[in-house]
Amino acid sequence: MTTPATPTSRAAALEFRGVTKRYGSGEESTGAVNDLSFTVPAGTICVLVGPSGCGKTTSLKMVNRLIEPTGGQILLDGSDVMSEDVTALRRRIGYVIQQVGLFPHLTIGRNVAVVPALMGWTRERQQARTDELLSLVGLEPGRYRNRYPSQLSGGERQRVGVARALAADPPLMLMDEPFAAVDPIVRQRLQDEFLRLQRALAKTILFVTHDVDEAIKMGDLIAVMEEGGRLAQFGPPEEILAHPASDFVARFVGQDRGLKRLSLSTIADLRTEPLGRREGLPTFSPDTTLRDALSILLVADTRGGVALDEAGQPRGLVTVDAIASALADDRPRRAARA
Amino acid sequence: MNGEPLVRWDWLWAHLGPIADRIGQHLYLTAIAVGVGFVISFALAAVSIRRRRLYPPVVVVATALYTIPSFALFAALVAITGLSILTAEIPLVLYTFILFVPNIVAGFDAVPWDVLDAADGMGFTAGQRWWRVELPLALPLVVASLRLATVSTIGLVTVSAILGDRFGGLGYYILDGYHRTFTTEILVGGLLSIGLAVLADLGFVLLQRVLTPWAAARAVSR
Amino acid sequence: MGGGPSRVPLMDLLTVTAQWLADPMNWQGPNGIPARLSEHVALSGASLLLASLVAIPLGLWIGHTGRFSWLVLSSANAWRALPSFAVIGLLVPFTTAIDPNLGFTLYPTLVAMIVLAGPPLLVNSYQGIAGVDRDLVEAARAMGMRERQILLGLEIPIALPVIATGIRSAAVQVVATATLGATFGFGGLGRYIVLGDANHDNGELFGGVVLVAALALATLALFLLVQRRLVSPGLSSRTAG
Repeated sequence: MTTPATPTSRAAALEFRGVTKRYGSGEESTGAVNDLSFTVPAGTICVLVGPSGCGKTTSLKMVNRLIEPTGGQILLDGSDVMSEDVTALRRRIGYVIQQVGLFPHLTIGRNVAVVPALMGWTRERQQARTDELLSLVGLEPGRYRNRYPSQLSGGERQRVGVARALAADPPLMLMDEPFAAVDPIVRQRLQDEFLRLQRALAKTILFVTHDVDEAIKMGDLIAVMEEGGRLAQFGPPEEILAHPASDFVARFVGQDRGLKRLSLSTIADLRTEPLGRREGLPTFSPDTTLRDALSILLVADTRGGVALDEAGQPRGLVTVDAIASALADDRPRRAARA
Repeated sequence: MNGEPLVRWDWLWAHLGPIADRIGQHLYLTAIAVGVGFVISFALAAVSIRRRRLYPPVVVVATALYTIPSFALFAALVAITGLSILTAEIPLVLYTFILFVPNIVAGFDAVPWDVLDAADGMGFTAGQRWWRVELPLALPLVVASLRLATVSTIGLVTVSAILGDRFGGLGYYILDGYHRTFTTEILVGGLLSIGLAVLADLGFVLLQRVLTPWAAARAVSR
Repeated sequence: MGGGPSRVPLMDLLTVTAQWLADPMNWQGPNGIPARLSEHVALSGASLLLASLVAIPLGLWIGHTGRFSWLVLSSANAWRALPSFAVIGLLVPFTTAIDPNLGFTLYPTLVAMIVLAGPPLLVNSYQGIAGVDRDLVEAARAMGMRERQILLGLEIPIALPVIATGIRSAAVQVVATATLGATFGFGGLGRYIVLGDANHDNGELFGGVVLVAALALATLALFLLVQRRLVSPGLSSRTAG
């Protein structure tokens, strides 16, 4: 994906305030949501994660009112989503789902332009925007514009889905397991590209997944939900991994939460020891995660490796002990995503 | 019509015997057409399943036959076969093909390959596999096609009344009543033939439930 | 067809039929082929149109809202079971009571053809819409499409192949079955079959048969062509892969 031609900066703050959704009389029914409150600052990615039936998708769909809440408020830049005309609201919220939902009877170009067309943009403006977005998500407009969804691979369709959601430059994007339907290799590439894109776009994003690793990778903030639609913990990934608020959260993030935390930091974050003899030692570029570095050190059966700086020059010695003590540190610096 | 009552009950009571005979004739003509049509269609379907290339032309021909109006076909055959039972049955049989063949083929196509694999794996012979696995699993659609064909044929038998009073089943009364502007006859012929069709439809729904208890009734297309 | 024609050698039949079809006298006047053909087509077109005006919107609405779908599914089969010959006959006493002239000639066939066209139109419109992936509909709703836009811009285009199949099937059935009308006082191409039989004229009878069969097959072909033109290439499997 390339850098966007038109810098887009509009982003909205999103706040859940005591949001509740009940189905029938049973308070614990699947998909119900119970008194959910949290705030997502403008321009950040908040991931809702939890086991199936915990109400994470219900919570997402209440934002664009595909589901109407039983109680509480959802505020978009301070104004209640219930007070706005529902179609106008939806047109300024991007929506990406696992099944992608591309319209099979429209070309890729017209799919991307669905919302701009609804908003009455001129043909020329629609076309310019479509081409811009297709390039943005890494699809060459000349090749893809006139194809139909059935002619694309799963990964390509998912990119078109993201482009379509971005078409009207929405200040908020809702993404419901957007990368779950593709194979692991494609998923990882889509995740990386999306994060790179987000650094340029800085949208506010509410992202639903059942996959803890995806939540840790994608989220600036994570809302862990448990059965009954209750918020189990809300905070940055480091905090949730380092200090699970309950047994449920600890079990949900897994026994390997220490290792998961290591994947949030890179060699660049690590204090190094003075470098002595360096022949035969593995070397690490600054963007190597601590998890990968540890794995390499254990496999190579050596006590240390050489940390390189941005210029590729040796910076110092990295040891298994140093990595372990980084874990012990209560507040490891958040890895800059490279 | 002509100030007469809608139904002349005395006529009805006086003709119970002939009416019963007409119902019998209606069912007789239907049964022969459905039976012969089914046997021929099953053979066509079996060939189509083995030799896929033959299936599209079979369907095209069957569709074209079904498109030719029954009225025209009955009338045309008189010149060729005279006024024999063949004149009535040939069109009725031809019309069943498009109702039977695609549904029978679809029925056997719908048998999951993993079930067939499992049967082979357990050592079924080809014949055992066909009788004990494929046929039972194809049965819902086969019975559904019998239902379609029977109901459709009951309707078409009425048209054979144009061949004269030796044919037509209950359709005879519809045509005779029209020619004599005698409402009672039209109502007897019309309502009873509709009744037969609806009863046959319901009968097959029951048969489907009894024969294929494992399958919920499925919609069939033709 | 009591005193109808008796067996004739096939070659003779072909000859007299060709002669009848080639005779210029049969191509003019109120009983000429153009007149009978337009009668036939007009009645078929009118009944198809009238049935469509009711059945298609109803099917679309039921498919979109999901309301009363049980009614469509349970009644459609029984409705299809109605024999057209019986329906035309049954209508005669009632339409004659309303209008002694047209009620004895035109109306029974017209109404019966509307009844005949109903089920395929209703069922296919319903199934076409109901078969559209609900995730797609929700995606459309989430993008801010209004219900009318969802129906017109998404559901109908996707359902179009199924709806068109229903229209085609209704059209072919109506064109073929309208022939029966000749037995009940209506004109159309079936008239030649009735007259040919009455006059012991094999040329006329078979000429009628050929014309009626040709019209029915032409209708089938025409609707197949239109259908191919109408459907979005994104929906046909030919472009896939």
